[in-house]
Amino acid sequence: MDYLLLQMLNGVQLGLLMFLLAAGLTLTFGIMDLVNLAHGSLYMMGAYIAWTLIGWTDSFVLGAILALPATFLLGIAVEAVVMRRLYARDHLDQVLATFGLILFFNELVRVIWGPAGKSIAVPQFLSHTVDILPGVPYPAYRFAIIAVGAVVAVLLAWLVARTRVGMLIRAGASNRRMIGALGINIELLFSLVFGLGAVFAALAGLMAAPLTSVKIGMGDDILILAFVIIVIGGIGSIKGAFVAAMVVGQIDIVGRAFLPDFLKTFMSSAAASSAAPAISQVLVYVLMAGVLVWRPTGLFGQRN
Amino acid sequence: MKSKLFGPATIAAMATLGLGSLPAMAQSPIKIGFVSTFSGPQAAIGEDMRRSVELAKEHLGGKMGGKPFEIIYEDDTFKPDVGKARSEKLVLQDKVDFIGGYIWSNVLLASLKTVTDEGNTILVSANAGPSQIAGELCNKNFFSTSWNNDQTPMAMGEYLQKKGVKSLYLMAPNYAAGKDMMAGVKRTFKGEIKGEDFTKWPDQLDFSAELAKIRAAKPDGIFIFYPGAHGVQFLTQYAASGLKGQVPLYQVFSIDAITLPQQKDLALGILGAQEWVNDLPNDANKKYVTDFKKKHGTYPSFYGAQSYDAIMLIASAAEALKGDLSNKDKVRAEMKKANFKSVRGDFKFGNNNFPIENFYIQDTVKDAAGMLTLKTVATAVTAAVDPYASKCPMK
Repeated sequence: MDYLLLQMLNGVQLGLLMFLLAAGLTLTFGIMDLVNLAHGSLYMMGAYIAWTLIGWTDSFVLGAILALPATFLLGIAVEAVVMRRLYARDHLDQVLATFGLILFFNELVRVIWGPAGKSIAVPQFLSHTVDILPGVPYPAYRFAIIAVGAVVAVLLAWLVARTRVGMLIRAGASNRRMIGALGINIELLFSLVFGLGAVFAALAGLMAAPLTSVKIGMGDDILILAFVIIVIGGIGSIKGAFVAAMVVGQIDIVGRAFLPDFLKTFMSSAAASSAAPAISQVLVYVLMAGVLVWRPTGLFGQRN
Repeated sequence: MKSKLFGPATIAAMATLGLGSLPAMAQSPIKIGFVSTFSGPQAAIGEDMRRSVELAKEHLGGKMGGKPFEIIYEDDTFKPDVGKARSEKLVLQDKVDFIGGYIWSNVLLASLKTVTDEGNTILVSANAGPSQIAGELCNKNFFSTSWNNDQTPMAMGEYLQKKGVKSLYLMAPNYAAGKDMMAGVKRTFKGEIKGEDFTKWPDQLDFSAELAKIRAAKPDGIFIFYPGAHGVQFLTQYAASGLKGQVPLYQVFSIDAITLPQQKDLALGILGAQEWVNDLPNDANKKYVTDFKKKHGTYPSFYGAQSYDAIMLIASAAEALKGDLSNKDKVRAEMKKANFKSVRGDFKFGNNNFPIENFYIQDTVKDAAGMLTLKTVATAVTAAVDPYASKCPMK
């Protein structure tokens, strides 16, 4: 029972981290109709910028907080210099150009920070464990990720559902041309949305950094999963991204934690332990395929 | 194609150069290719190897057997297909005499045939040692200055067995080397295996699910193989999970001079096995480590030490043949003698061209200047022969 609870918490933590990354991606894809493969690079830049700022300020919290406006500006700059030229192009051009951006950012990081990875230490006040039940400890830092992720999710839900900007974002997601025709400054809206996406990606990157270390290409692996999440959730839907991220987080953990033991009930131990990681890797894609058959636009996508 | 090569342009060029080209031909340098990872998350390992190769070049005065030599570095980008293509380029286009390097077993396995079957190039692996190449795939054109993958974990397993550790939980990434490492430790450790996990390679960076399983399984110790950046991640999460201090960790290839600056104090007191440690008391090693530290301000890693040895092994053959590498049988025979001062101490090659060598147990400590480094604490096994040597048909 304790074990199940621990694993579920692990799934929630992973899901929330993925949600932060997927939120920005689903907004840019849904509203701006932009396939941004370089979203993972913003995740990486967030971690590297945070590493530098934490070094300067000598405080994890201060460095992390300062990194957010810094990546917002970076996002705005990337949008103005590169992305703006891509809106009118088709998706293939966007994929090529943003793939180029991945290479650019990886090389940029190598020039500035060097090829070796960096590490951000877990902040002192979170480096202990908390007993979730008597005798069942859970790392305080992972709790902090869950807390921050939940707060951001609530804030984002409020922003999208209750504010004027949110109204424009929702309008943009359902009909881009119409809000342009109604005299909304669409360029400003796009800049803002892209910058916001960059901040969420950076927040995910810098929060993951103490667990997974800061390194070149750290966002590339996780990006695929983020794309799967927004496809499952429905492109452009924040709610969809949240639900899909939580489901994918749980599936990933179930695949790793319970699948090997389950397979061992009818396979040899050696075969089970080498088959399990392969199967759990495929599970999310099976889920995606299943959802697409059932609902071609995703769980919460706009239906035509 | 052949007739084109000897077309009028070539003949004209040869005529223009005239007799002057003959002494230049005699001085044509020995070419050595070096395939490693120089970009992406594991680039730091490749950089450490390159530094050691350059240091070997410096120590040799840029010459082998009286001839100058050049080194052509190629980046495998951590991918088997790219590694194979780069190796192909070195063999066919640059026509190198030797190719050294190869960090990753899957990259080496993909590249092996390309290099060894051509016949004029000899491969010296400076790290990867997949079981297949030690066994049935062994090749006269393949030499190793490292080990077979199984051996280091076997040394660790043997040490743990002697130490009286009752049960272990094993973790490694799901690829060629990870499988060899798990098999290796199970060969010598006879206690209970409480559980084993293969994690996704190379993209799994979160080990929370596995650490929770370890907590539930309550083993006496954890054995891991997480090379390069992954070792940093594992150690951080192991410490954060609160398991540190409850279940001791034992490792192979997961703590080294490259990862230590990131692992910091988390690595203190975690034992590992290795065939080379920076404090091994032989003259060649002292010179290598001292000069490396003087130049770069850090300790070299075992990847670097094996790369340094790879160049020194090639140099020993070139010296013995006075720089004439035209007869490949002679080159191979000279290399097989391993007649050079290895930084791990002298060793012999087995029938499969893998070293027969000692393995040591190392601990992480702070040196006099407060810098984290590794220190030999015990000899785990002496003159170890890998378990696949008998499957290799070579004598």
